[in-house]
Amino acid sequence: MVTVSAPPTDHTVPTVRRRSPWPGFIARRLLRLALGIVVVVTLAFLVLQLVPGDPVRLALGPTAPVSQVNEKRAELGLDDPIMVQYVHYWQHVLTGDFGTSIVSRQKVTTIISARVGNTVTLVAVSLALTLAGAVALGMSTAALTHNNKRRWLLAGFRFTASTLNVIPEYVYGVALVYVFAVSFALLPVAGDDGLTTLILPSLAISLGPIAGLSRIVRVQTVEVLGQEYIQAARSKRLSSLRIYGRHALPNLLTAALTIGGLLLGVLVASTVVVENVFARPGLGSTVVTAIVQRDYPVAQSVLLLLGGAVLVVNLVVDVALSLLDPRSLIRDS
Amino acid sequence: MAVHRPRGVTQYVCVLLLVLIAFLCVFGDPIWGDRAETIDAANAFGPASGAHWWGTDDLGRDVFSRVMASSQLSIKLALLAAAIGVGGGVLVGVGQAVLGPFFRRLLNTLITVSLAFPGLLLALLVNAVLGIGPRGAVIGVGIALIPPFARFTQTLAASAAASEYVAAARVLGVGRLQTMRRHILPNIAKPLMLTALMAIGTSLVSISALSFLGLGIQPPSYDWGQLLQFGLQNIYVHPMAAIGPTIAIVLAGLAFNLAGEAFADERSRSMLPAMMGTGLAERLAAKAEPAGSVDAIASHDDHDAVADSEEAVLRVKGLRVAYPGGVQPVRDVSIEIRPGERVALVGESGSGKSTLALALACLLDGSSAVDWEQFEFDGVVVRPGAESEHRHLFGTKLAVVFQDPTNSLNPAIRVGRQLAELRQVHYGAGRRESFAAAIERLEDVQIPGADMRARQYPHEYSGGMRQRAMIASGLMGTPRLLVADEPTTALDVTVQAHVLRLLERVNEETGTAVLLISHDISVVLSFCTRVLVMYAGRIVEDIPTADMLTRAAHPYTRALIAAVPDIDTMTSGPLATIPGSPPNLDSLPAGCSFAARCPWADDICRTDDPALGPVNPTHLVACHHPRTGEEPTPLAAPTVVPSADALPASAS
Repeated sequence: MVTVSAPPTDHTVPTVRRRSPWPGFIARRLLRLALGIVVVVTLAFLVLQLVPGDPVRLALGPTAPVSQVNEKRAELGLDDPIMVQYVHYWQHVLTGDFGTSIVSRQKVTTIISARVGNTVTLVAVSLALTLAGAVALGMSTAALTHNNKRRWLLAGFRFTASTLNVIPEYVYGVALVYVFAVSFALLPVAGDDGLTTLILPSLAISLGPIAGLSRIVRVQTVEVLGQEYIQAARSKRLSSLRIYGRHALPNLLTAALTIGGLLLGVLVASTVVVENVFARPGLGSTVVTAIVQRDYPVAQSVLLLLGGAVLVVNLVVDVALSLLDPRSLIRDS
Repeated sequence: MAVHRPRGVTQYVCVLLLVLIAFLCVFGDPIWGDRAETIDAANAFGPASGAHWWGTDDLGRDVFSRVMASSQLSIKLALLAAAIGVGGGVLVGVGQAVLGPFFRRLLNTLITVSLAFPGLLLALLVNAVLGIGPRGAVIGVGIALIPPFARFTQTLAASAAASEYVAAARVLGVGRLQTMRRHILPNIAKPLMLTALMAIGTSLVSISALSFLGLGIQPPSYDWGQLLQFGLQNIYVHPMAAIGPTIAIVLAGLAFNLAGEAFADERSRSMLPAMMGTGLAERLAAKAEPAGSVDAIASHDDHDAVADSEEAVLRVKGLRVAYPGGVQPVRDVSIEIRPGERVALVGESGSGKSTLALALACLLDGSSAVDWEQFEFDGVVVRPGAESEHRHLFGTKLAVVFQDPTNSLNPAIRVGRQLAELRQVHYGAGRRESFAAAIERLEDVQIPGADMRARQYPHEYSGGMRQRAMIASGLMGTPRLLVADEPTTALDVTVQAHVLRLLERVNEETGTAVLLISHDISVVLSFCTRVLVMYAGRIVEDIPTADMLTRAAHPYTRALIAAVPDIDTMTSGPLATIPGSPPNLDSLPAGCSFAARCPWADDICRTDDPALGPVNPTHLVACHHPRTGEEPTPLAAPTVVPSADALPASAS
């Protein structure tokens, strides 16, 4: 067709390779992670220190013999100077030794490892549900109301979404239990017995976030649809499916995932509550019981783990986003 | 803005709910307190009835009364927690603005780190320390609210601090603390208060959550969360005992949250990420106008003037475009483009040329009304509204190059794949085969290392390369017409020349006709063979490029040419301009739309819009008094002024 006739003379000669922004980016994120971990570990350590009165006495109750209390105090190292305790605590955390439960005398690691899988599954399913639900809902609302069509739908969507967004997860939990289990007896409401028991808890967790995130996705979609590259895609006369799916979606995804990443922390917290609503054995129900029973080593360790997990997940989301949208990396540096 | 959103209603509902809540706080306990405590063991777990709207609990106490009576405690705890969170947050946020750079950074890092933690985990941590009970719950929830509130205050303060009056205060030597108190705080008070309102809602819901988990209020005291916990335990026997408190929590939580949102302006809508969408969405909605009709557009006969020719690649007659609200950016335009022809469409910004280009490419979206009497592309007749039946035709034979190359390639797709797409969709070619074709086209438009470049994303390309990639994209089919909308405007001068030369080569070697939209007369003169001059939505002159400088018949065309700066133009003074300004497209004058700016205009010009008629077989003009001599249209004495693009543009 067109043949090459003259060598290029403008500045389009292959660009000189810029220094990769990755090392700096990774270094900054690791530093932030490290800082976060220090804060989390310190806070977890402080739990035992800040308890008004003697935590062991509080945990074992007023009837426990003095010898037992002293023995436990020694075991927890509460009689050492605070800095020594702090150093020991770090040593224990780094070697994966979280002590034993004051109440059940089981190793904390045993308690946690028996339940962590349940919680991780629930969070993962809820996140997937949130992202899929919000993107589907937000995009289709944007598509249906594009060019000022169906204004009533847009108004309805805004009102419903902002309302549903502020309803807390335990309320959804109670409502779902009522509707599905009490009124219709369709789905199991308690325990962890395979896939069906995951449906209601993950719905309870994700309904609110779906409502919130879908509003953001809608606005993003409207913005993306107004871009020239969408017009360029239309000029190629592609099907709407291809325009929305192939040309618009990837450009929304970054925003959706960024907020999704931020929501992950919220999802983890919701899990704590929802596990209690549906009586699922997991870290959430464990930590609540531990706090009620003043089982400090367990409470401390689970909170440490959840906090650490949130930090690591944030890092992963950041890195994933940068892989997905290399431009953000350049902006970041 | 209020018109487009049921905001008024939301506001009334919120106020009503808040008044109801205040009422319950004050009178809830006195009215229902006794009943709430009355034990009636015989009536334990009673169902909902006339006497007990929401049934009774395990001791036969009335659930409805208990929910009403506990309003005060529930709200009081929420207020306390919100006070801690808002007070602490504002203190930290303001402190950050007032303190020196070191502490500012330190606090900033701390806020960032603590924002990463979900509030509930912080609350649980505090609860673990302080033990279960209302004290731990309130302090925990309060502390958890500090980081987001600090960040919000800080963001608001920073934006207020960036304003000019604060800068002025600084220049006058007003101290940081003083500036904060006198100038910044008063300006951020409203959004802060509204967000505080939402914080109360959040606290209420969170404390109820803690009570619900058994960590907050302990029996025999009770709040909504605790009632809910009890209700859930017995939900099978007695669902209303769970649903009652749920209603209370949801309504109260909603009242505070929606009130914060409903009374907020854009500025205060960014505290929680979940609210991010609102401001933007509103601004978008505010721009929208109700759809109008095209019926009002008068039809003219001047399309008859266009000579019929069998071999035209594009033949359009009586094309009209109307935007909602009555604006008519394109009025009764007739255009004919022959194969291999290089035609220019010129005019000021706002003359409707970009809209016309999009309409010719059948790319205007549903928000504008497009209609025509005849539309024939590559021998195929296209009926108005039936553009989508000709996907393959337009997709393969009509290429469009847009103005802004930084934005016309999809940033999320590799360039090669974007090009290859057309082959896959319209020719059913395989992935690999079409990718190879894409690389070939990139080579054709002289992108060095096309093999490697095809695998890159648009942001790795320079502006000139992107524009050439766009042209290459158009060449993936077998274009008969290439519509280029200001393809060089966003590029610097040397790159402009390359892109134009490329278009020229494409035209010569493939025989593709080119319609170049531009406001740059010099580009037009060097590239095209025929020029269409557009003014206020109509074509006013259709003239061979060769005659443009010397034989233009329309006063507007002459003025355009005279306004082009040449080598003798004084660079120090302002540029010459055409006196007056183009008419508003939504309120066009009755006669010739250029009459108001035309020195030769007389009565007929002000009453009759002239039709496009021949001066000679290759030259058409729409003017009652076409010019013949060499005399240019007088320009305004150089005043302030503008590149054509400084004028308001409704179309570009």
